[in-house]
Amino acid sequence: MAFWQGRRIPLAWLLLARQPARLAVALAGIAFAGILMFMQLGFRDGLFDASVTIHKQFDADLVLISPRTMSSIAMAGFPRRRLVQAMADPDVAGITPVHWNLLLWRNPETRLTRSILTLGFEPGDPLFSDPGLSAKASSLTQVGRVLFDEQSRPEFGPVADWFRQGRTVETEVAGKRVRVAGLVSLGPSFGADGNMLTSRETFLRLLPSTPPGSIELGLIRLEPGADPAAVIQRLKRSLPADVRILTKQGFEDFEKDYWRSSTAIGFIFTLGAAMGFVVGCVIVYQILYSDVSDHLPEYATLMAMGYRLFTLLGVVAREGLLLALLGFLPAWLAGQGLYALVRSGTKLPVFMSTDRSLIVFVMILTMCMGSAGLAMRKLADADPAEIF
Amino acid sequence: MLSTSSLAVPVRPGGSAALRVRGLNHWYGRGGTRRQVLQGVDLELRPGEVVLLTGPSGCGKTTLLTLVGALRQVMEGSVEVLGQELAGSSRAERQQLRRSIGMIFQGHNLLRCLSAEQNVQMGADLLPGLSYRARRARSREWLRRVGLADQMNQLPHDLSGGQKQRVAIARALAAEPRLLLADEPTAALDSRTGREIVDLLQGLARGQGCGVLMVTHDPRILDIADRVVRMEDGRLVESGEGERLWGASRLPDAGEARAVE
Repeated sequence: MAFWQGRRIPLAWLLLARQPARLAVALAGIAFAGILMFMQLGFRDGLFDASVTIHKQFDADLVLISPRTMSSIAMAGFPRRRLVQAMADPDVAGITPVHWNLLLWRNPETRLTRSILTLGFEPGDPLFSDPGLSAKASSLTQVGRVLFDEQSRPEFGPVADWFRQGRTVETEVAGKRVRVAGLVSLGPSFGADGNMLTSRETFLRLLPSTPPGSIELGLIRLEPGADPAAVIQRLKRSLPADVRILTKQGFEDFEKDYWRSSTAIGFIFTLGAAMGFVVGCVIVYQILYSDVSDHLPEYATLMAMGYRLFTLLGVVAREGLLLALLGFLPAWLAGQGLYALVRSGTKLPVFMSTDRSLIVFVMILTMCMGSAGLAMRKLADADPAEIF
Repeated sequence: MLSTSSLAVPVRPGGSAALRVRGLNHWYGRGGTRRQVLQGVDLELRPGEVVLLTGPSGCGKTTLLTLVGALRQVMEGSVEVLGQELAGSSRAERQQLRRSIGMIFQGHNLLRCLSAEQNVQMGADLLPGLSYRARRARSREWLRRVGLADQMNQLPHDLSGGQKQRVAIARALAAEPRLLLADEPTAALDSRTGREIVDLLQGLARGQGCGVLMVTHDPRILDIADRVVRMEDGRLVESGEGERLWGASRLPDAGEARAVE
């Protein structure tokens, strides 16, 4: 049948549109449920993403960590020699040994201490993919100098402000005096409220108990065009089992998995999203059910005229589909706005991702179509023999 | 154009009647509360014939109408509508047959969310093989014929009772029925409007060669009928010319029944 012959009166749309108050309530309910899901899933993903703020910035294709390392807040050491051995592989272009630990930083204003993530590296080595770092890193060659992360939480003191004003900012880290030689912009992560960078030499002075020749993280850069998977296979064969080799992405996933499996974050926020889903289901079902009930004599009339029950079920299904489409739009827009609010308020990296939009849309669609399916059972009560 | 209905209703050879009812019995309820509402009803209707069905309330008129309208399963006896036997028919067969039967209800039963034109088009939409444009043109034509050319875009809410009933008639006729069933179409209307409505109904049905079976208590409209049949306690008791029959039945108790319904 040609399209123009199949065209019918848009009954589902008219049923909704000619009752604007009810439609508004339905859309408000669906949008509310959608916003709830967007927020909960956004927080969840944002928190997990925040746990790898630092990880993402490393200039590396592969990383070496100790098999005893569980997460960024408990990095174990492994022999630095392993990283040097990895250099033997023809596809490895460069390496950077990195010291990694949480040290106590004293707030220069209040004198209170707080733990800060400290990375120690050879100032000449590339550390982050941000090219601006190497110029600043040269100031670290002097012992006792550190680069402070200006995005660190305010509890670490007004370090960035003072530094920009030209003041000499000195404070104590792990009981030893350091001077801020510059600012970098990294961002707080889940395990660390603040970050600082320093040279290997300064790091070892701050933490003299570090075993000689031991590092916590090894960065490996590959030649252009090299296959990371193949290099990992070769390194696994040639290196002893006292190191673990991961891709950079694998390193991030490893960290996220730690927070996902060892904390209740995932559960709490997924539960929150599920509650939004349930609330939405109840609202949509109520709306569609009362809509079908109110129009029961009209549905019965259509059946008496010779319309098939299947056609009428299609009307209810289309009502559900329209509600899903119309309700998703305001939820998505409000989600954008609230994400911006969350970003500015908490510095959490919460963005409207395509994946999450799709997930929430599918949830809303399921919600509306499921409710429509339940409301359809009421249509069975439409008995055309009763309307005379 | 209006006679080119292509509905695939098998017509029996020689079955010229629009409706043929033979020995129809019907019961409501089960077991001890089972009550017979139709007892051996025989009725025949030729295409284009207008038959009025009268009788006190609760005598089974509406039941007969729902059985003839393929809205209910036939229990015993034979109901042949447009050549198709309804006894033992399936739900799908009845649904398909209903497309050829126009129905007009006491309470018009228009779709509240649709304009007059859209309501009529719900009837025209049942016709197969017509484009949207053609179905819409047909709806407008029917509205014009019932005298509502100026109210096409109004919702039922904004129409008077008579206007709503006109829309209902246009909706029923737009589907090109070959049998029209009407249940007290004038009950909710004043006498002048009621008269206009039945005149309209009769004229349009005749024009299409469509048989009409109308339940009514309204003595003012009997003259439009070719035949009047009277029902009492589930039986058809008399049949004949309108005026004569009504005169015979104008007894005190019949008057009471009218007032009740």
